[in-house]
Amino acid sequence: MALVLSGNADLLEIVALSLQVSLTATAIACLIGLPIGALVAIGRFPGRNAVLIVMNALMGLPPVVVGLLAYLHLSRSGPLGFLGLLYTPTAMIIAQTILIAPIVAALSRQVLEDLHAEYAEQFCSLCLTRFQTIQALLWDARYSLLTVGLAGFGRAVAEVGAVIIVGGNIDHLTRVMTTAIALETSKGDLALALALGIILLIIALGVNAAVQSVRMTAARQAYV
Amino acid sequence: MLARRLTATAAALIIGGAAWAQDQSIIVQSTTSTANSGLYDYLLPIFQGETGIQVNVVAVGTGQAIKNAENCDGDVLLVHAKPSEEKFVAAGFGTERTDLMYNDFVIVGPSADPAGVGGMNDVQGALAKIAGEGALFASRGDDSGTHKKEIALWNDSGVDPTAASGGWYRETGSGMGATLNAGIGMGAYVMTDRATWISFGNKQDYTIAVQGDEDMFNQYGVIPVNPAKCPSVNVDAAQTFAGWLVSDEGQDAIAAYKVADQQLFFPNAPEN
Amino acid sequence: MAVTSATDATEAQSAPILPLAVRDLVLRFGDVTVLDGLSLDLGASGCTMVMGPNGSGKSLLLKLLHGLTQPTAGQILWGRHAAAEITARQALVFQKPVLLRRSVVDNIDFVLKARGKDRAQRDVLLDHVGLAHKADQPARLLSGGEAQRLALARALSTDPEVMFLDEPTASLDPASVLAIERIVNDARDRGVRIIFVTHDMGQARRMADDVVFLHGGRVAEHSPAPDFFPEPRCAAARDYLNGRIVV
Repeated sequence: MALVLSGNADLLEIVALSLQVSLTATAIACLIGLPIGALVAIGRFPGRNAVLIVMNALMGLPPVVVGLLAYLHLSRSGPLGFLGLLYTPTAMIIAQTILIAPIVAALSRQVLEDLHAEYAEQFCSLCLTRFQTIQALLWDARYSLLTVGLAGFGRAVAEVGAVIIVGGNIDHLTRVMTTAIALETSKGDLALALALGIILLIIALGVNAAVQSVRMTAARQAYV
Repeated sequence: MLARRLTATAAALIIGGAAWAQDQSIIVQSTTSTANSGLYDYLLPIFQGETGIQVNVVAVGTGQAIKNAENCDGDVLLVHAKPSEEKFVAAGFGTERTDLMYNDFVIVGPSADPAGVGGMNDVQGALAKIAGEGALFASRGDDSGTHKKEIALWNDSGVDPTAASGGWYRETGSGMGATLNAGIGMGAYVMTDRATWISFGNKQDYTIAVQGDEDMFNQYGVIPVNPAKCPSVNVDAAQTFAGWLVSDEGQDAIAAYKVADQQLFFPNAPEN
Repeated sequence: MAVTSATDATEAQSAPILPLAVRDLVLRFGDVTVLDGLSLDLGASGCTMVMGPNGSGKSLLLKLLHGLTQPTAGQILWGRHAAAEITARQALVFQKPVLLRRSVVDNIDFVLKARGKDRAQRDVLLDHVGLAHKADQPARLLSGGEAQRLALARALSTDPEVMFLDEPTASLDPASVLAIERIVNDARDRGVRIIFVTHDMGQARRMADDVVFLHGGRVAEHSPAPDFFPEPRCAAARDYLNGRIVV
């Protein structure tokens, strides 16, 4: 516990890597998930319901399964093995991106569809292209989408199943908060594991509070 | 140090992680017991100080470590399941297996000792007694080196515990530490390697019940992954690391590692 | 929808879209018939007030004319064009303004940018609708009257040839109503064809050049304003003007 409170350099490194991996994964998942969510939100095409079901189902992807799939692809004997990405932070980012992109897509789809219901007729009257419509929806829903991104980040930073498989929990290289907690638990050092858990919780609280305050500022301007 | 690490990590992210595949780093697929005991934290800085080679340890069960190495996802294999290791080499995945060190397995149990096996040094007898009493026993159940060893000991004792799986025989399907946590939580006997036990931090009222049987000997081996099968292997660095471990210097370092004034591993590499 | 002559894109942007000819327009939703063979001719200029009881199809008629909705049957011809071809040359102001979650000026900029127009005219527009002093405020915090003036400015920023207004002053205070009427009148005087749905009799009298009265899914009466208000020809319009319930 004293180790945790004293801001030990190893610990800072673990926290920094956790944030770096999960924030990067969240950013990439948003780049992928938001356009997909927007396209499905405003699109009317055959099989749309099936797409919705798949998107919602993928939100519940078990991290271990994602980790395993990523491992099988990134392994030296897998199709992407030549990239040499296994047991790197990049591999962890890839796995977490796969894990949370469906969450971002499915939740943003809902947010954007609700907003589009309000804007659709006006946008038709203005003869906006599909691209302009998506652009406007994404921008006007930005504060709601911040919460969507937060949901993705929360899942990414808290999951252990995927990163421990593709990252390997290598000290000073791929050890993040959750894999460190798993390791300390397996060493029977429950106090340290718990202390790490508390730090994770504090980080989650901090990020949520920051987003909440941004949202409240936006709400005062009726931008939410 | 931290800043440098962050910069390096950022660079790795940008160039797709290729920086970690640089010549002077290797991946060791290792059993959890050696990693959890803290041995690597002690050995690796010494080794890196001398050679400049960065060793990255992936600690998983022996079964998974071998599987990962067969997928070419490691440069060196360091595990403790001799038959599986020999099969690994015979199949061409490893160049050569060398005995590295040993410790021993022990059976730990609650101080109440429900099966009355405390102080026994006949492991088969103790296991038979646990089975006979129907006392809870928590097994790794994960195809790890420890698990394989445990199954072999059960076979020798003439008991098939898997018939009672879910009853008094509980297979956790987890690593050593997780199984110890679970076993201690339910008051079950657990077979563990001594190194993990000594450095384990959540012992509660548990003590070593059974120890000292020759059959509980736990041999670790080291195997460089074969570049003929896995061209991605960093063969020079891998050989350097394996060679250092079995050298006088590496062996002395292993012997010098102590937790709570107890030596955890006993080097026994063949004389060069 | 039938199109009498093939029109290419360039022509759709330049050929005259007035007068308007509507023939035998039918709009049905399942069993409900909203418009039942409506025909209407509108001239090239002025302000047409569209009146009629609730449910007579006034709002839907605007959407059909604007090309937002397709009729079940019948024909709408703006000059030689179908309605959907020239939506961009018209603008529609809704009863409840749909404003973006942005500042006042950004609501205008958004449309100017989407249409590839020069953003310099936004200040003139905001000044024209009396919102220059609120340019940087959040649009959705505007009062009802201000919001509708912004919606008007946004509609005008597209330089429409036809402007539809769907009860834009319903539930606004008298000062706001007059401000909006002034803006609409200015547009008409500059040659924008106005088609204006209202329930407000006073407003109709103030604004109308001609009146279209809808009833029973058709045009029950279409008369110049000086004829309509003193003596409507059709009984339903008379009842409506006298405040009787018209079904």
